[in-house]
Amino acid sequence: MALVEVRDVHKKFGRVEVLKGVSLDVAEGEIVTIIGRSGSGKSTLLRCINALETIEGGEIRVEGRSVHTRMKDLRLFRQRVGIVFQAFNLFPHLKVERNITLAPLLTGRTTKAAARALAEEVLARVGLSDKIDAWPDQLSGGQQQRVAIARCLAMRPHLMLFDEVTSALDPELVGEVLKVMEEMARQGMTMILVTHEMGFARNVANRIVFMHQGRVWEEGPPSKLFTAPETPELASFIANTK
Amino acid sequence: MRSLSFVDFVSLISAIQWTVMLVVLALAFGAPLGLGLATARISRFAPLRWLAASIIQVVQGVPLLGLLFFFYFGMPMFLGVQVPAILAVTVAYTLYTAGFLGDIWRGGLEAVKEAQWEAGACLGLSVLQQFVHIIGPQALRLSLPPTVGFLVQLIKGTSLASIVGFVELARAGQVASAATFQPLMIYGVVASLYFALCFPLTLWSRSLEARLDGSR
Repeated sequence: MALVEVRDVHKKFGRVEVLKGVSLDVAEGEIVTIIGRSGSGKSTLLRCINALETIEGGEIRVEGRSVHTRMKDLRLFRQRVGIVFQAFNLFPHLKVERNITLAPLLTGRTTKAAARALAEEVLARVGLSDKIDAWPDQLSGGQQQRVAIARCLAMRPHLMLFDEVTSALDPELVGEVLKVMEEMARQGMTMILVTHEMGFARNVANRIVFMHQGRVWEEGPPSKLFTAPETPELASFIANTK
Repeated sequence: MRSLSFVDFVSLISAIQWTVMLVVLALAFGAPLGLGLATARISRFAPLRWLAASIIQVVQGVPLLGLLFFFYFGMPMFLGVQVPAILAVTVAYTLYTAGFLGDIWRGGLEAVKEAQWEAGACLGLSVLQQFVHIIGPQALRLSLPPTVGFLVQLIKGTSLASIVGFVELARAGQVASAATFQPLMIYGVVASLYFALCFPLTLWSRSLEARLDGSR
């Protein structure tokens, strides 16, 4: 059974249908990269998986349980699914340590005594051990994004969603974030990413999903998709991003 | 008529306690009510938003004097009971405070980015937890300078309670002035006492504005 099962999902914003019947399976430990032009529905699909958006049709199941059918334990579900956004969304009024430990403490996943150690552990994984007492606005964009990843890791997620996490960063800061994500991939984390980083998609992902006009247009292993695209849309997309 | 004496100044200074008490009562009841109005204003439940908006509109649209008259003179007419001045005055100032703080705090809550709620929700926090730990503290920082600014308005506004016979600083001034026929002197002192109460708050509000740029 796949960890994530997306079945014929339809999503509208007002009258605009942004997802027109999307289906996608992601197995445990798999790293799936969603690419496509802006407006193709990639970010919306990611947000639907985490129930940040409602859907008009179809079904999304994570760990075998339907996400959108008024799940009583939506909060429990979200505690197991980490999502990182383009804009970091750290809590600006809290220091790095508290940013990381707030949710584990409030959801009873850690104790006051163990919280600091938890923050130290996840910060070490993103290479920011020395920033535990910093304020978010004292950090660079790349560092803030790594704290955002650490904040998710502290919840011990089973699945990580990344929504264009390097798009808001200065070019020289992209590498440090991608390195952290590669390390997570090596450790077997199931990851679904929406990204414009074709190098990362090519080298780290197990599978590429090309979305076009609200549909999964083409999918397959990166070696195949990048070298021998079947559809003219993907071919032109790849040509334009080189 | 008698001449101005030391006793008059003592009575004025001791009247400050009633002004302060009125402010404290208005805040004690008005601030929680204001918080309720502010959260109702951003509720997902539309009728609750409309109700809160109407209350705020009415309170802000009616002169404070009107509120005082309504509760002091109006209530006996409608309910047939004479309410004590302290009760009428407390209710009026509570509503006044709630109406203004509710609007100030609503602005603060709305100024916190939607993405902050979302970030909390994605970590599996309940709406209440998001409000208490993430949105509230940021909104409070943003609203603190205008809140202190309103406090100054409230302090000065308590002088209107003298109209319905509630003895606070302004009323004590009237009494002393009537007894001594030294209005210039007496009201000069009264004005300086209000100034002495409000000026530090104004300074505090300004320094808060400079220090809290809303980013942290």
